[in-house]
Amino acid sequence: MSKILLEIQGLRKQYGTVEVLKGVDCTMQEGEVISIIGSSGSGKTTMLRCINMLEEFQGGRILLEGEDIGYEQSGTVRKRKSEKDIARQRALTGMAFQQFNLFPHMTAAENVMLGLVKVKKLSRDEARAIAEKWLDRVGLASRADHYPGQLSGGQQQRVAIARAIAMNPRLMLFDEVTSALDPELVGEVLQVIKGLAADGMSMLLVTHEMRFAYEVSSRVIFMNQGVICEEGDPKEMFLRPKTERLVEFLKTSSFN
Amino acid sequence: MTEISAFFDQLWIARFVILKGLGVTVSISLLSIIAGSLLGVLVGLSLVYGNRLLRLVVRAYTDFIRGTPVLVLVLASYYVLSTIGIELGPFQAGVLALAIFCSSHVGEIVRGGLQAIPKGQTEAAKAIGLTFRQTFAYVLWPQALRQFLPAWVNTAAEMVKASTLLSVIGVAELLLRTQEIISRNFLSLQFYFFAGLLYFTINYGIERFGKYVERKTAVPS
Repeated sequence: MSKILLEIQGLRKQYGTVEVLKGVDCTMQEGEVISIIGSSGSGKTTMLRCINMLEEFQGGRILLEGEDIGYEQSGTVRKRKSEKDIARQRALTGMAFQQFNLFPHMTAAENVMLGLVKVKKLSRDEARAIAEKWLDRVGLASRADHYPGQLSGGQQQRVAIARAIAMNPRLMLFDEVTSALDPELVGEVLQVIKGLAADGMSMLLVTHEMRFAYEVSSRVIFMNQGVICEEGDPKEMFLRPKTERLVEFLKTSSFN
Repeated sequence: MTEISAFFDQLWIARFVILKGLGVTVSISLLSIIAGSLLGVLVGLSLVYGNRLLRLVVRAYTDFIRGTPVLVLVLASYYVLSTIGIELGPFQAGVLALAIFCSSHVGEIVRGGLQAIPKGQTEAAKAIGLTFRQTFAYVLWPQALRQFLPAWVNTAAEMVKASTLLSVIGVAELLLRTQEIISRNFLSLQFYFFAGLLYFTINYGIERFGKYVERKTAVPS
């Protein structure tokens, strides 16, 4: 039996008076690949961003390998952890963004090396070796010394994935990583993610690529209005959706 | 022909006076640019990362300074500070005024440079586990520097020009020296033109240097 990697309990998040997450519960086993789908505004990206504290959350708990993320819970008192602790916890997860967010003043290799040198305190030589290994894995060995501005969107996104994965995270978070790409560049990025899935990497993907979610996921979560509306096996979900909401959503989505 | 040789005769006689004036102008400019930039970086950081109170205070400071003519700052620094017991010589008072003026401009430039960086940069840095200090040092500051370098060079050139205002409180910089020379030989057109040429040379040099640094630090794309 595999062990529990991530536990989300009653996660609540609000922006001012607007509640965007209204009590999300979710458990993830090690090695699972979970796709989170749902219309925009359903809270799926927000949920992902809470897991590495890019968003503060007001209620509930997130546990990564049993450790509380972001907040200290003692009895009823809830305290935000120190910046240092949060930075350490963030390094346990890797994240790829819709807009890639590569550091434009650094080469591809330097982008990958930054966390290895500054967070993991590796020497530059060690970091360089790891960076080259991962850039090779995403098919960009020959682009190691190129700057982001010299790369295509798909290449930039692959570097961004290499940058996250090189930190050897326990869990990878993908936030609509193909949404900003030209259609002909989507495939190369999805291919990289598929490769990681095959390696047994634990991954949470927020995606609009329904076909991809169907193919790569071990489980799919459908979110609607701040709660998990339906979840289960991708085949069941896509071919025999149970809730009205999901039926509606799939009609309007690209999956058919 | 004789007029030109007369000018060169006078220029030769006045050479040390002009050089001294030039030296004072360069010192004023350098000191006020350095001090103003250091202070300006603090001003910019306060405007971006300070708490509400600090932002409010620093915002009031920059708006006030930027809304005041430099000449008024120079005069105030020399005449007003002495009434509250701070006795500064004309050189010190002048440099102080220019540095403060410079700091408000550099502060705005730094603020603009930092705020122009997309939020995603900070998020990506956080996501790989960098602390705020690391994020600032390795991700934000290097990008902001490239962004505001041209504006900063511009401000440096402005400071050289503004240094002439110190002649009003009796600092013997290039303009005041030039005026002294003219009062002796009455070659006003020639010597003002010559002084103008020197100012132009300094600022042209600054500008070329700025362009050079800009090219050196440009990110290939």
